[in-house]
Amino acid sequence: MKQLVMIVAMFCAVSGFAQNKNAKATLEVDGICGMCKTRIEKASLNTKGVKYAQWSVETHELKLIYDARKTATDSIKQRILEAGHDVKGVKATDAAYATVHPCCKYRDTSVIDTHNGDD
Amino acid sequence: MKYIIFTVLVWPFMLFSQDYISGEIKDGDATPNSRGIAGANVYWLDTTVGTVTSLEGTFKIPYKAAYKKLVVSYVGYQTDTIHVDGPKFIKHQLQAATDLDAVVVRSRRQSIRKSYTKAQNVLTVSSAELLKAACCNLSESFETNPSIDVNFADAISGTRQIRMLGLTSPYILIATENIPSVRGASQAYGLSFIPGTWVESIQITKGAGSVVNGFESIAGQINTELVKPLTDAKFFVNLYAASSERVELNTHINTKVNRFWHTGLYVHGNRHNQRHDNNNDGFLDMPRFHQINVMNRWQYTNAKRGLVSFINLKVLNDDKQAGALAYRSETDRLTTNNWGSEIDTRRYEITSKFGYVNPNVPWQSLGVQSAFSSHKQKSSFGLSRYDITHNSLYTNAIYNSIISDSRHHIKTGVSYTHDTYEELVNVTTYKRTENAVGTFFEYSYDNLELFNLTAGIRLDHHNLLGTFVTPRLHLRYSPWRKSAFKASFGRGKRSANIFAENQQLFSTSRQLEISNAGGPIYGLDPEIAWNYGVSYLQGFRLWGRSGDVTLDYYKTDFKNQVVVDWEDPRAVRFYNLEGDSFANSFQMELNYSPFERFDLRTAYKFYDVQTTYRSGRLERPLTPKHRVFVNVGYATKNKKAEFNFWKFDLTFNGLSTQRFAATNTNPEAFRLPERTPKVGTLNGQVTKVFSSKFEIYLGGENLTNLRQPNAVLGAEDPFGANFDSTFVYGPIFGSLYYAGLRYTVK
Repeated sequence: MKQLVMIVAMFCAVSGFAQNKNAKATLEVDGICGMCKTRIEKASLNTKGVKYAQWSVETHELKLIYDARKTATDSIKQRILEAGHDVKGVKATDAAYATVHPCCKYRDTSVIDTHNGDD
Repeated sequence: MKYIIFTVLVWPFMLFSQDYISGEIKDGDATPNSRGIAGANVYWLDTTVGTVTSLEGTFKIPYKAAYKKLVVSYVGYQTDTIHVDGPKFIKHQLQAATDLDAVVVRSRRQSIRKSYTKAQNVLTVSSAELLKAACCNLSESFETNPSIDVNFADAISGTRQIRMLGLTSPYILIATENIPSVRGASQAYGLSFIPGTWVESIQITKGAGSVVNGFESIAGQINTELVKPLTDAKFFVNLYAASSERVELNTHINTKVNRFWHTGLYVHGNRHNQRHDNNNDGFLDMPRFHQINVMNRWQYTNAKRGLVSFINLKVLNDDKQAGALAYRSETDRLTTNNWGSEIDTRRYEITSKFGYVNPNVPWQSLGVQSAFSSHKQKSSFGLSRYDITHNSLYTNAIYNSIISDSRHHIKTGVSYTHDTYEELVNVTTYKRTENAVGTFFEYSYDNLELFNLTAGIRLDHHNLLGTFVTPRLHLRYSPWRKSAFKASFGRGKRSANIFAENQQLFSTSRQLEISNAGGPIYGLDPEIAWNYGVSYLQGFRLWGRSGDVTLDYYKTDFKNQVVVDWEDPRAVRFYNLEGDSFANSFQMELNYSPFERFDLRTAYKFYDVQTTYRSGRLERPLTPKHRVFVNVGYATKNKKAEFNFWKFDLTFNGLSTQRFAATNTNPEAFRLPERTPKVGTLNGQVTKVFSSKFEIYLGGENLTNLRQPNAVLGAEDPFGANFDSTFVYGPIFGSLYYAGLRYTVK
């Protein structure tokens, strides 16, 4: 029985920390325009280990592919927050939000309205 | 012990005894082996409540009655929103995104788009642009585009010759779906072998272009994407008839074979049988012709596995007849009864493409292309004969990936081409075989906003051109909003097919002289040129409407060129360049939409194209120094029916004077002035769209009825010493009107 527990425990450990070179994740990140897109994707790609980042202006989804041996979603989230964009459930600090370009103030409904009908 | 394990397993469920719903997310196929998707995101819309699916694709998510919309997303699949009415088990299948970079654009697009973000100076011409001048094949579809000039090659064959940066089409790499298609034997007439309705879009790259498509391009690249069985209309008919009694018929039929395969059959036929001689010189103003052109495409798409494939079969039969009004093939061919010309082309092509995009990592892909074509042309020009058979095999394999992250992109691969040429020029036979094996590597860097570059290099081993390196570099920098500064340079090398590219020489009584310099092709050396360019694109908004301005300057410098010397009216001479030869071009373009649905496109171009001939450095003949271009388009809008409106288009082309090749050694009566007069032509078209299915159009070419007098020199005695049909600078026929219809079933 003890051996079985050990095997189960080891198995859990292995599956829990599977070292996936091309791990996928999707985050919900707030933003409004093409400039936001660049900022979000750049912040993601500047995290070591992130290989691919694509944020959709329409759905606010950030699709990520990263090397799980080098990074984790938490550190990517942290980078995005530092760039001034809210990630689902976590707000960027006011100081970080202050750095985004005036046309990207996604928390401001009047700014959002000016972007409606953009290309 | 057992209890402990049980407790540990059950624990999580007991801890949160709130409402949950669970479900299962599977792959798009409704087949038994459809697999669960692990790691997909599942969340309630407009909330922060979400989870990720397990390895088997199952999930469990907190539920409240207020939650109605569940969003399911995963990289490489379409994002879905599911309406949830109550707490029940959810089974959902995600559909693979057919195109990983698919973008839905709802706003009205410009029909010629310039890229602010690519390193290369690329214009994309959509099929909507091609409809502005409805006639009829690729050679005629650049009339509304200021970057490409369209000229007539001679007064006999009606062949349109295109130019870019002041250089003729042999210096442009013309590809169909990235496979070089208009080259070798098809150089002179190949553009007329691609019907306009087959064209989905055209990409025009000014300057060196990418190394992926080969080493031959010098002035630029033109790539044509053809319509695809999967996306083209199920059924399409286009009928066209012109006042010259030219008729054309295009039909497309596309069908789904099974869930992976689609096929399309595209048939083009044209006919012009009437003899016209509006300028009374005894010669036909335009050739008589008929063409049957059939293409069958097979498209395989398996988005789940990331596989795509195309197989194309193409058969062409094209016959042209031109020359004297009185010429009759049966009695006059290759005799001195009447001067006539016949050009009969038979061509078939088989091309296949195979592409694999790794569904797990969208940046990794592999493409393999291969094409075989057989081109046979038999022709007669008065007493001259010219026959050419060209068989060509092209294969190319490209691997795409990234280094470290998606800002560093690489393309690498190998290519192989094999060409055999057999030509009969009057009584002399020329045969040659060309083999080239090459490898290429292209690196692109994109910092996502201000800057990107594409640097490519290829190494080729060619049995006649030797072993050589082709570097190409493109840069883009956007220091402020809606701007793009671009720079490029690159090298190109090619073997000149002197007869195939200059077939107008047979419609003259000039002697043919080739100065054998011991080179590998007709005794001549390969052509080598460097191309340098800079451009600046700036988008702007003025009075609430958008527009853009482009300035570009390109310089092509020939290290060697096969000079085609027309400066002696008795002869046409081919020799290796000794001295300078260059083509400088400057273009200024302004696009603006001053009010809703009205587009204005204007351009000014300046060319300085000079070559060192044996008689000295001269301006290239029949190349205008200045060109002015204006195109206006307007569409009406119907509030009640989206697909019921009118479209109007008008294009003006103004050319400055052009130099005639020297005729001063001719007898007085056959001398031409030093330069041509200025030429201005006006084309227009009106389209009435009745519904998404049906539209008709009516148009006119050369509305001001401009005509070049004396287009054929020595027309009275075509077998005499002074016969020459190459001094063409303007339209010969005068105005031409046409009408057509398009019927589409989606």
